[in-house]
Amino acid sequence: MHNEHVEEHFNNRNVTELDSNYYMVDIADYPADGWGKFKRALKRSFRGELFVGLWVVLREMIKFDVHTVQYPAEKMPIGPRYRAVHEMKRLWESDTERCIGCGLCEKICISNCIRIDTRVDENSRKEVTEYSINLGRCIFCGYCAEVCPELAITHGGEYENASDQREHFIMYQDMLTPLDKMKAGTQLEFEGFGAITPHEDERVKKTPLAY
Amino acid sequence: MSKITINIDGKEIETQEGEYILNAARANDIFIPAICYLTRCSPTLACRLCLVEADGKQVYACNAKSKEGMSVTTSSENIIKERRAIMEVYDVNHPLQCGVCDQSGECELQNYTLEMGVDAQHYAVKDVNRKDIDWGHIHYNPGLCIVCERCVTACKDMIGDNSLKTVARGADALEAEYKESMPKDAYAMWNKLNKSLIGLTSGEEMLDCTSCGECAAVCPVGALVDTHFIYSANAWELKQIPATCGHCSAGCQISYDVKHTSIDNTDEKIYRVMNEWNYVSLCGAGRYGFDYQNEVKAKDTAAFAMALEAFKKADTIKFTSTITNEEALVLQKLKEKFGYKLVNSEAKAFQTFLNDYSEISGTKLYGYDLEATHNANFVISVGTAIKSDNPNARYALNNSMTVNKGAGLYFHPVKDPVIEGLGKSIMTVYHAPLQEEAVLYLILDLFADKERLPSDVVSYLASFHSQKSVTVEEIIKEEITEIVKVMKKNEESGEEEEVEEEKKKMVPKKITKEVIVDDNRLLDILGADEKFMEELEKNLAKKDSFALIAGPDLYTHPNSRNLARLLALIEKYSAFELTMIPTLTNSLGVALICELDEKQGSYTIGYNTKGDFTLSALGDGDLDMPAINQQEGTLTSINKRVNPTNAAIGYNGYELNDIANELGLKAELVIDYTKMLPISKGFKTKEFDSLPNRYDNDGTEHRGYLLENLAAATSGDESVLKFSDEKLEGTLIYMANPVRQFTPFTNKATNLDEVSGVYMSEEFLSKSDFNEGDTVRVKSPSGELVANIVSDNKISGDIVLLPTFDSKINSEALFSSYRFATASIEKV
Repeated sequence: MHNEHVEEHFNNRNVTELDSNYYMVDIADYPADGWGKFKRALKRSFRGELFVGLWVVLREMIKFDVHTVQYPAEKMPIGPRYRAVHEMKRLWESDTERCIGCGLCEKICISNCIRIDTRVDENSRKEVTEYSINLGRCIFCGYCAEVCPELAITHGGEYENASDQREHFIMYQDMLTPLDKMKAGTQLEFEGFGAITPHEDERVKKTPLAY
Repeated sequence: MSKITINIDGKEIETQEGEYILNAARANDIFIPAICYLTRCSPTLACRLCLVEADGKQVYACNAKSKEGMSVTTSSENIIKERRAIMEVYDVNHPLQCGVCDQSGECELQNYTLEMGVDAQHYAVKDVNRKDIDWGHIHYNPGLCIVCERCVTACKDMIGDNSLKTVARGADALEAEYKESMPKDAYAMWNKLNKSLIGLTSGEEMLDCTSCGECAAVCPVGALVDTHFIYSANAWELKQIPATCGHCSAGCQISYDVKHTSIDNTDEKIYRVMNEWNYVSLCGAGRYGFDYQNEVKAKDTAAFAMALEAFKKADTIKFTSTITNEEALVLQKLKEKFGYKLVNSEAKAFQTFLNDYSEISGTKLYGYDLEATHNANFVISVGTAIKSDNPNARYALNNSMTVNKGAGLYFHPVKDPVIEGLGKSIMTVYHAPLQEEAVLYLILDLFADKERLPSDVVSYLASFHSQKSVTVEEIIKEEITEIVKVMKKNEESGEEEEVEEEKKKMVPKKITKEVIVDDNRLLDILGADEKFMEELEKNLAKKDSFALIAGPDLYTHPNSRNLARLLALIEKYSAFELTMIPTLTNSLGVALICELDEKQGSYTIGYNTKGDFTLSALGDGDLDMPAINQQEGTLTSINKRVNPTNAAIGYNGYELNDIANELGLKAELVIDYTKMLPISKGFKTKEFDSLPNRYDNDGTEHRGYLLENLAAATSGDESVLKFSDEKLEGTLIYMANPVRQFTPFTNKATNLDEVSGVYMSEEFLSKSDFNEGDTVRVKSPSGELVANIVSDNKISGDIVLLPTFDSKINSEALFSSYRFATASIEKV
């Protein structure tokens, strides 16, 4: 029911029909001739609107009731679905890395900024030997997190990417959840792109087992 | 075979009578799903996906033959049900770890699972422990295996190694209720699948075959993977560079799969070689010998200046045939301009042989090719260690026997267990070296049309025949009567009692009798088996297309001219069609393009061979050159085809064209010469960029162009010389490489790990006091060398093989020109 209502609301773009607080702004027509344009220029130059703005600033300053976030001392809280610098997650059960090196993130990346090297290790398992994302090229679209079959690569909340070079690489180890964080149990699951949707268990078809 | 019309899904298509429906459909772009079928091999009937309805009856498209007016429907409600059930069965217990599978992205299980819309699983069986196995150059993961048996089929029908077979899986039986509840074909297919896995025929732990890797190439899933490729790249990351293999004269179409080397190194690297396995089969050299490129950091201007100096000083250019046609033309143009002598002994021998041959045949080139040999049903190989000289010729020989119910005859002095292993219908004759003329005379004797054959040849052949009486044992059936006691019911008393009865029966009886038979002395001379004629007669039954493969032993034979003329006679007066194996990659191209000289002068420039100044793509010369996988150009193959090849990886140094430009020939790129290749020799004026390199769905080859087989002047003289009884005896050496090795280029490849040395058969080693690894001195009238003994189980008999793939061992020095020589071998 709720969803239907929302859809209706968004589909009906004729705002005047909705009984709401919308009203039309009184905007004068654009001047058509040279004289009209001249008059408009004069009006804009000498109305002193600049001081209106300055007055607001001054008023708020002397009130000492500041709403501005004092960045970088203060930071805004970020939504759990925010797509900032990538993280590599570990498995809860064993603390081992979730990434299996399938290369789908590399394939799907539309800005072509992910590269991955793999090899077969001593236990004949696929090992990721190197993994890099060029954050200078990354557009944080979230496709890599969405395509990841293991929920290994996700986005995190780290959005401070200031760098002295346009190319700014982040490597596998930098993204990987530190072991002490795993031990403390503070690894956070990402709720955004790629995360398991609610009620997944009910939707999945079960495979019969002969055991 | 005649053309017929059949109807598939309402589309009228033309095909050959007796063609499998699946092939007919594929040739006409009609899709019928199929996993286990391999074009050019016999149908396996493992997957049953190709179910279709032909004239209202369900048949398997891969083994049902087309008939005139047949109406085929590729799907029906029942077929769709079957196919979906089959795919579900394939997915039972298949690991869901596509992310770490090397086949992911090009997996037929993935594709067909999607195609059939399998979104839920209804079947289950308890899995068995399926651990992955290292078979050496191939890695087998039974957990991923769907037992389509494509590997087994390819190995048996195409390659001829017969190294793989199905083995027992040891799984629980399927639940009884499935028999009722499941679609019929899906159940039958599952029942078979659930009982088998793939294993080695030899029962050993490691694969011991000719290591072609075709099994891994045809594997639809990730069960068989080349060990070197495991987890190194994904299918979708690799860029395919269409090319032609540069290792032997077969000129197989390959694609170099390239990708950046690593995150740190963005230079392209070849990760693997792929082939269109439905239409072309590779050998181990083609598949694994791909990284022979010459890595050069930058242009070496000093060396280049020295090279130009050397060219001014030189009067001879000595080269090998591992060059492109364009480079050969550049050399020829340099000769025309500066009068260099062009020396290439192996191409010169082949050139002379071809010229001698054309004096009788009237054509510049032999008439047949390997493609046609695949379709023949009686194939003779003479004068070549076929499995290592040209692996594709061996596949053609094997394929003609397995698929066309053909037979083969193999004449060669070196005993070869691999050839013997091809099957029951191959007959081997191990004659003495220098007796190749007798072989060709025997072929004339057995197969030529005596009516048309020149009369002196006929009478010469007749001189070998005599009549002799032999005692033969025969088994006849004789009727005898015997008295047996049987228990019978007495009808009156109703009791059992013993009665004597007469019984007649047929009993086999051995008798001996004298018969007059024809005695062919040629057979004795060649050392053929006593039962040779008898077996041959059996093998010749129902044969109608004959192919003869002649090889490099003949070109350097002291009487090569006579051999060439005999071959021409065979081609002219018998049903045999002739293919000659060019000695090296582009020997045919070089032989056609270059005017070659016999003797070298005082100052020699060597190209890929040692000279006073050496240009080398092996990286060991005075100036570096690009290897074949770094070049654009064309190569002339055994199939008389001018195949284009492309540069798979970059090259930063100088090439031959740069030198030619400095010397006054003007061409921006070496491929500018492609259209200038001599028309008088059968080449065409085609631009390199216009040359295609692909196969059609019906297997039609669109690669480069075919050489025109031009007419040659004949004198009408068809006389041939008698052969002498001269043969080599004693300890014999033979100049041949092990399978997968051809030149120092294959030796450079990391994945080809053959050790160089003196190759002796296990049989020879056990008889002699030599042991594997011993250092020996081999001495022949022409020279000597010291090397280690390598034990080789791919040959048997007493002849010792000296390879040429390792430039550190100068085997050529021991031979005058013929590939066999007598030698003494002693330990050092």
